[in-house]
Amino acid sequence: MDHRPQAWGRPRDDVYGAYDHSYMQENGPKQNTQQPIVTGTSVIGIKFKDGVVIAADNLASYGSLARFTDVKRLRPFADSSILGFSGDISDMQYLDRHLTELSLSEAYESPDKPRLNAANLHRYLSKLLYNRRSKFDPLWNHLLVGGLDDNGEPFLAAADLLGSTYSAPSLATGFGAMLAQPIMRRYVPDEEAAKKLSREEAVDIVKEAMKVLFYRDARSLDTYSLAVVTKDGVELKEDEKLENQSWAFADRIKGYGTQTV
Amino acid sequence: MFRNNYDNDSVTFSPQGRIFQIEYAGEAVKQGSVVVGIASKTHVGLFARNAEELSSYQKKLFEIDEHTAIAIAGLTSDARVLSNFMKQQCLGHRLTYGRPMPIPTLVGQIGEKAQINTQVYGKRPYGVGLLVAGVDENGPHLFEFQPSGMTEEMVAFAIGARSQMARTYLERNIESFADCSKEELVKHGLRALKESLVQDKELTVENTSVGLVGLKEGPNGRPSVEPFKLYDGYETKEWIESVSESQGGEGEGETTAAGEGDGMEVDS
Repeated sequence: MDHRPQAWGRPRDDVYGAYDHSYMQENGPKQNTQQPIVTGTSVIGIKFKDGVVIAADNLASYGSLARFTDVKRLRPFADSSILGFSGDISDMQYLDRHLTELSLSEAYESPDKPRLNAANLHRYLSKLLYNRRSKFDPLWNHLLVGGLDDNGEPFLAAADLLGSTYSAPSLATGFGAMLAQPIMRRYVPDEEAAKKLSREEAVDIVKEAMKVLFYRDARSLDTYSLAVVTKDGVELKEDEKLENQSWAFADRIKGYGTQTV
Repeated sequence: MFRNNYDNDSVTFSPQGRIFQIEYAGEAVKQGSVVVGIASKTHVGLFARNAEELSSYQKKLFEIDEHTAIAIAGLTSDARVLSNFMKQQCLGHRLTYGRPMPIPTLVGQIGEKAQINTQVYGKRPYGVGLLVAGVDENGPHLFEFQPSGMTEEMVAFAIGARSQMARTYLERNIESFADCSKEELVKHGLRALKESLVQDKELTVENTSVGLVGLKEGPNGRPSVEPFKLYDGYETKEWIESVSESQGGEGEGETTAAGEGDGMEVDS
């Protein structure tokens, strides 16, 4: 038994040989996150007349490997807002814990009603992300925040790893910005169109966009989470399956399935 | 040689379990001129008789942020430290969350800050008491803040010299405050102030300040903040005249401040 605290929790020298301390160098240059490791792909969101619909698939990739197929990337906040995470999963988990702490301290100060709405939450997260990138240690995520703003109007906005923010009637992160955003924009080109959109239409548009993403995004999954936020709260379904897939279009396209030529 | 061995610092308890430095700081609050605060369902009012200072008067009401303000009694320089701190916290909260700071949160922060001064050797308690008025999403709030770091939410309160008289007035009318209009609130506040005046002193436009903050009907029926407004000088003229005319039955100063004015009781 080695009684020195430095030796605790280390593999025993007499069994495994001397521990290579070069892996745990305390001095020398400090390295921050250089790239995301386990990642989640696109999150998409769309506003409708009395709320927001948001969706993300349940896959966490390790490079090109579909490593974890049951990772929930939508997170409700105080039952009044929804957050969608794409990018690094471990940073998502860090933010998740951080937000749990925040919502607890908020609930402690104001037990009867939530005080931080989606707009407040989005502002806070963007400051958090900007603060981390300013330390050259970014949280490698691209977030969508959905819910209601100060006036009770539908709110949807994005924040990225640089702390940049933007807002639109429909938003998508990652590959979704190229593949899903144009589809959603056909239905809601502006705020007026979003004000006319019904909940059912919004959900159908999102489902359609998720299907297109599964067809064309090689880091995606056919199991996904879908949340609807209205003034009545968050309805989150975490085990949705893509319906009515048709791969007929892929028949003669190179890169889909086995190629004969 | 010493009258009291246990009042040299703010971290030593007397054998009776008292900390004299904190009690002395509480005495400093009683030296300051009186301030009154009243909260209704929609508004909070702060009322002050400005202390005379040679040729002018010392300000007693300070805006912290759009939605909150303080009234001070005690050391003005300590109040400046606290109000600067509160202003910074409110600004910071607006920046990070995009919303006005909730009043209980703000008061909790100064309470914590003041309490630390009573527990660290070499520090001294703040020599100032505050009334913090403000509105947030839960409506109007009025808080009392003491040098000990103790904070308490109030419906109506008064601190400062001879404030017991004002508190007695407030206690007699406490049931009516909740449904008061803005104007009624001001009248109650000024009448409470008058109770605490010395014999031959009067409320005048030079020495009276009124501060009001509240909620108003906003777009689509949601309440929005009616920003803090400080009424000074001639803006208070009509109000002062209205309370001097209605010198009614309520104005009898039949109560005496128990023990106030006499020196504090000290272990010998």
